Amino acid sequence: MRPATKDFWKRFLGNRGALIGLFILISVVLMAIFAPLIYPKDPWAMVQRPFLPPLDAQGFWFGTDTLGRDIGAGLVYGAQVSLLVGVVSTVVALAIGVTLGAVAGYYGGLVDDALMRFTEFFQTIPNFALAIVLVAILQPSTESVIIAIGVVSWPPVARLVRGEFLSLRSREFVQAARVVGQSNGQIIFGQVLPNTLSPIIVMASLMVATAILLESALSFLGLGDPNTMSWGYMIGAARTVIRQAWWMSVFPGVAILLTVLALNLVGEGLNDALNPRLARKGR
Amino acid sequence: MAKPGKTDERRRDEVLLEVEGLSIALPQGAERAHAVEDISFTLNRNEILCVVGESGSGKSMTANAIMGLLPKPHVRPVAGSIRFEGSDLLTQSESALRKLRGSRVGMIFQEPMTALNPLMTVGKQIGEVFDAHGQIDRKERRRLILKLLDDVGLPDPEILIDTYPFRLSGGQRQRVMIAMALALEPAMLIADEPTTALDVTTQAQILELIRKLQESRNMGVMFITHDFGVVAEIADRVAVMQTGRIVELGTADEVLNDPKHDYTRRLIGAVPQFAPPERPAPAGEILLNVEGLRKTYVTSRGLFAKKREVAAAKDITFDIRRGETLGLVGESGSGKSTVGRCLVRLLDTDGGHIRFRELDFASLKGEALRAQRKHIQMVFQDPYASLNPRQKVGRIVAQGPRANGVPEEEAMARAKELLELVGLGAGALDRYPHEFSGGQRQRIGIARALALEPELLVADEPVSALDVSVQAQVLDLLDDIKKRLNLAMLFITHDLRVAAQICDRMAVMRLGEIVEYGRTHEVFNNPQHEYTKALLSAVPGRDWSIPEVALQQAHGGQSGGAPAR
Repeated sequence: MRPATKDFWKRFLGNRGALIGLFILISVVLMAIFAPLIYPKDPWAMVQRPFLPPLDAQGFWFGTDTLGRDIGAGLVYGAQVSLLVGVVSTVVALAIGVTLGAVAGYYGGLVDDALMRFTEFFQTIPNFALAIVLVAILQPSTESVIIAIGVVSWPPVARLVRGEFLSLRSREFVQAARVVGQSNGQIIFGQVLPNTLSPIIVMASLMVATAILLESALSFLGLGDPNTMSWGYMIGAARTVIRQAWWMSVFPGVAILLTVLALNLVGEGLNDALNPRLARKGR
Repeated sequence: MAKPGKTDERRRDEVLLEVEGLSIALPQGAERAHAVEDISFTLNRNEILCVVGESGSGKSMTANAIMGLLPKPHVRPVAGSIRFEGSDLLTQSESALRKLRGSRVGMIFQEPMTALNPLMTVGKQIGEVFDAHGQIDRKERRRLILKLLDDVGLPDPEILIDTYPFRLSGGQRQRVMIAMALALEPAMLIADEPTTALDVTTQAQILELIRKLQESRNMGVMFITHDFGVVAEIADRVAVMQTGRIVELGTADEVLNDPKHDYTRRLIGAVPQFAPPERPAPAGEILLNVEGLRKTYVTSRGLFAKKREVAAAKDITFDIRRGETLGLVGESGSGKSTVGRCLVRLLDTDGGHIRFRELDFASLKGEALRAQRKHIQMVFQDPYASLNPRQKVGRIVAQGPRANGVPEEEAMARAKELLELVGLGAGALDRYPHEFSGGQRQRIGIARALALEPELLVADEPVSALDVSVQAQVLDLLDDIKKRLNLAMLFITHDLRVAAQICDRMAVMRLGEIVEYGRTHEVFNNPQHEYTKALLSAVPGRDWSIPEVALQQAHGGQSGGAPAR
């Protein structure tokens, strides 16, 4: 292992917040993977009487919803949707953002101007409004939600990558690569991009959290995939009965909170471990 | 505010500062246990003591300990005493030290560009020194500041006092820093590499100023430097430091002309000699011909504002023969690096020809240029910035051949050979750049440039970031490689000593123009242009010739197979 890698793990594992975050995150991931084993039945199946409070009946720790569906099953299957949407839409956003940012930052000049105006165009529209419009046009489905979230969250990535490229492209090792005759593609992917990875990784971890929130918000409004049980949908469906049956909205709410918190903790831990010089003091 | 009366007569031998058995501990896991170990020296009133050593020798640490500026508690003095005017500074409270700083002890730093607050006028910043040590009424303060500015040789103090630092040049800023340090007429001045960031002509002026002020004010000056030329110029006494210890202490004459300690001899022997040897006229065919090269930087300032133009190269003409080293010499801003960058086509030219053999190198574009780049390669200045920190050394050296279609295995085998050629050994292949020292990194940079078997090497200040002993080795390596491979080399440097060592011919640049062009020893012995004369006479320690013992030591040490660094 490279000494730098060893240092990274030492710093990351020495950060208590990041460890807690990592623990929660791994639990959520395991929950999502083993969902069919924990709850062999479809989360949409009506299995008990409606409005069953938590811990009232054997095997229904989280109670049931207005139609008698198991909240526990909803939580576990909802984790699948949240993680899938969160991760895939972040990959989409990174693909767009890194490409545009890298091209803008590396070539500069007119290319940079054009791409950055394009980016600003997206930044001026409120994220959520644009996501709603996109999902409404594309018809609600998991794919359209992923595309919508990806399309609204790439501009910050593009700006970050552009900034890194701008400062790195004038460094002597990049000039040296030009002098030995490397092509622009070789320089971008071989020389510059590896040096921008740390901030991109940190940003990506936080973007997954934002994407999960966006997906929940879309589902809450009924714009999620109608065939998948998701945390946002559960809260949205339970909001009319929140005074009679708090558990229907609180449990999925807590699930969202914990997952997003975990991702933020991990993101912060990554930030401190990858940029040790900028790390906050006093840990 | 107690000020020294004008009546106290001081003798030269009166001890001002006495450091005895000082040791400073470094935190655990540092390179060594002590930054400085058991050092003792004295500084008299009315003398300049030069503390000289390579980077990491502990010379700045010593100065910071005297000023009480160590980053405690990680780095702290563990033994010894620093007696200044009778009291031990190490046992003083922070508030007592604060009173001392500025009023009795002044300090100037290396980086004049960042040492001044950009949001405060020059007068205000100097005024702060007075405010920190008691009140003076405003009129009197202004009068004192004007006098100080005049004392440090700044033009038009009346105007300058209300100017912001960004309008001043590096040399002028350093003068302002000196004025601040001297505002309260301290008994001792600590100067930490005050001229290292300055051009040679400015350096000569600042050195003269420090010498003059020291004499007129009877100060004791502790002058920290790595440059033996500066030592020869200014020192009364010299302390030579090596890895935290003082290895030699004596008068300037003794240390410079009759060094006793091996390390001192090695260091002095590594200083490039000022007198260039007479070299045979280069006989190879003309490889590169540059004619009327022009490059103008245009900064656009918005759509409607007038554009700002700076001519970095105007009508540059020279040629280089195979097997020859041409020096491109000048101060910062003279355009020498611009010319180098135009040659390797990191910059596009605005006019003129660059003919490489029969090839019109300046007009190549795109793929055609990429295919021809291998003929002209470059060695960069900063060994820390010029290697990609995320690539292994083998990959860095092999990247040129790989980019030109050589198969992976062959490129790596070539990289291995080259690393051996530059004295690093094949073990370097699988390591990352941060595992190497500055000199070793520069060797890697040279190996990378050689990997494409270029015919012309452009070396842009390749040794200016290195310590003097490492510098000598890298220069030897470059010269050796040039001879072995029969290369042509364009050597860009600001250092005339280095130019004298390595260049067959040289071109002196000023403000984008070549003002003098000829064989090196002719330019040195019989300069024609005023500017060349000024440059040559500004080289510190030009009258000092390196003693024979030191030269023997340096060469004996090298042939003895000293480990390559």
